Amino acid sequence: MTKQKKTMNLNFGPQHPAAHGVLRLILQLDGELVEKIDPHIGLLHRGTEKLIEHKTYIQALPYFDRLDYVAPMNQEHAFALTTEKLLKIEVPIRAQYLRVIFCEIGRILNHLLNITTQAIDVGALTPSLWGFEERETLMTFYERASGSRLHANYFRTGGVHQDVPNNLLTDIEKFCETFPKIIDDIETLLTDNRIFKQRNVEIGIVTKEEAIAHSFSGVMLRGSGIAWDLRKSQPYECYENLDFKIPIGKNGDCYDRYLCRIIEMRESVKIIKQCLKLIPIGPVKSVDGKISPPKKEEMKESMEALIHHFKLFTEGYRVPKGEVYCAVEAPKGEFGVYLISDGSSKPYRCKIRAPGFSHLQAMDYLVRGHMLADVPAVLGSLDIVFGEVDR
Amino acid sequence: MKLTDLDKLLNSELTTKIKNTSIKNDELLVKVEVDNLYSTLLFLKTNEQCKFKQLIDIVAVDYLGDDQRFRIYYLLLSHENNLRIKVSINLSIDEKVPSIVKLYPSSNWMEREVFDMYGIKFKNHPDLRRILTDYNFKGFPLRKDFPLTGFNEVRYSEKEKKVIYEPVKLEQDYRNFDFESPWEGTKYIKDAKLKNKDD
Repeated sequence: MTKQKKTMNLNFGPQHPAAHGVLRLILQLDGELVEKIDPHIGLLHRGTEKLIEHKTYIQALPYFDRLDYVAPMNQEHAFALTTEKLLKIEVPIRAQYLRVIFCEIGRILNHLLNITTQAIDVGALTPSLWGFEERETLMTFYERASGSRLHANYFRTGGVHQDVPNNLLTDIEKFCETFPKIIDDIETLLTDNRIFKQRNVEIGIVTKEEAIAHSFSGVMLRGSGIAWDLRKSQPYECYENLDFKIPIGKNGDCYDRYLCRIIEMRESVKIIKQCLKLIPIGPVKSVDGKISPPKKEEMKESMEALIHHFKLFTEGYRVPKGEVYCAVEAPKGEFGVYLISDGSSKPYRCKIRAPGFSHLQAMDYLVRGHMLADVPAVLGSLDIVFGEVDR
Repeated sequence: MKLTDLDKLLNSELTTKIKNTSIKNDELLVKVEVDNLYSTLLFLKTNEQCKFKQLIDIVAVDYLGDDQRFRIYYLLLSHENNLRIKVSINLSIDEKVPSIVKLYPSSNWMEREVFDMYGIKFKNHPDLRRILTDYNFKGFPLRKDFPLTGFNEVRYSEKEKKVIYEPVKLEQDYRNFDFESPWEGTKYIKDAKLKNKDD
């Protein structure tokens, strides 16, 4: 009898625990080997870019929380930077440090989620229980600063919404003391774990050239050995004053990316500690009344403040005509905003560059020739959140 | 290498191909014709001094009312030189753009997104399907003449036991306030005033 080769089409998702949200994959399989993979995205498409065109700049900001909802403030940061670049305003030093502190908290939030869910995908349940406990603490910090655990809406053009409450910074400092121990604990479960290594080492290898050609950024790029981090190479805010290292991988496989994320968390703790030492006392948002809203008590006394308040929350501030692109090193990679302003109080066009979009695109290239069981492992290490991929 | 050096280099090397260059907000913008797009990007990618090996994003914009209605920006990044550059083309509604998938593999989905949102077609694209919108979606949502509410809405029908599509029914029209000139009145009042003046 002759062997007959038959390819099988398999539908994966959109409702699947390992799909990290609403991803639908159409897999072409030859036995257990993946021949071709076609991701169908857009199941979480909410038309963010269209909505932003119809909102004032103040109203547009909360949409950024809803993109990558695992690390919300990092997205807000990119939008705040673009508007500041067009308006040509300076951010007060205290606000810069506050922003960096919360961005690094966002990075830890993101990496904790990613590492632990990747562990679930390959069969380890405990890390997620430990990691999510810490995420809970971090989200309490978000809540104390902004009033919301996830959709913070904390950054503003020209600074942050309000100063942090009493004791928050000391509590963050306490967290920085205890947290490295938790990373150690998670590492004891995963780093030398035989099963974790078997599932991740030499899986989903990306070469340097391919990483650049596929528009990879963030850990996906660094895991392949390219020393590139926007915080170092094109510094924004006060990152220049801070001392931190950028981990890079050697083999460009899933395991290296996991290691990069672990080290990045440790570096983030280092950054937060430095910020807490260096943070000065002072204003936390621009003093220009045409951009940042007045205080409530001022409005009771001053007519000018009342007018400013009225104009800001009806028309909103106008942004000078122009086009800019600003990018931040979000936990997942380069998150950028291309903003076109026509001089009115609403953006004419706001293109969001989400790192996950390019990463997911490379799925076909990454898993072709791998086994079916490697698909979730690779997907886990890509660090996909559908809020930002689908926008 | 600085942005101004790059500007000079491009102007001397690609004189015939580019329309003009400008530096605004520390960003270099190179305008080219649609026909010269591919060769310009090829130069930017392969030239020893440029090395713009990474395509960051493709941004399309709709300028409704212009003859050449759409504008597309290609955002490029060079890791070696730590530089960014923007290349832009203008095109009318029925013009096709050469696909750059062979040059930058990551442009595949980006071009699909532009097609999905604006209906701009790409020549020689391997797989030009819609990407973000629903299966069987009609219209191009990011065009300026596409209404914010869209045309169809979905709901689960208890009767038919499936999700059905219906034309959008709004209890109240979308309220788009004009705050630009509270003292002169909203746009329709301004328009009426202008009309009276002309008469």
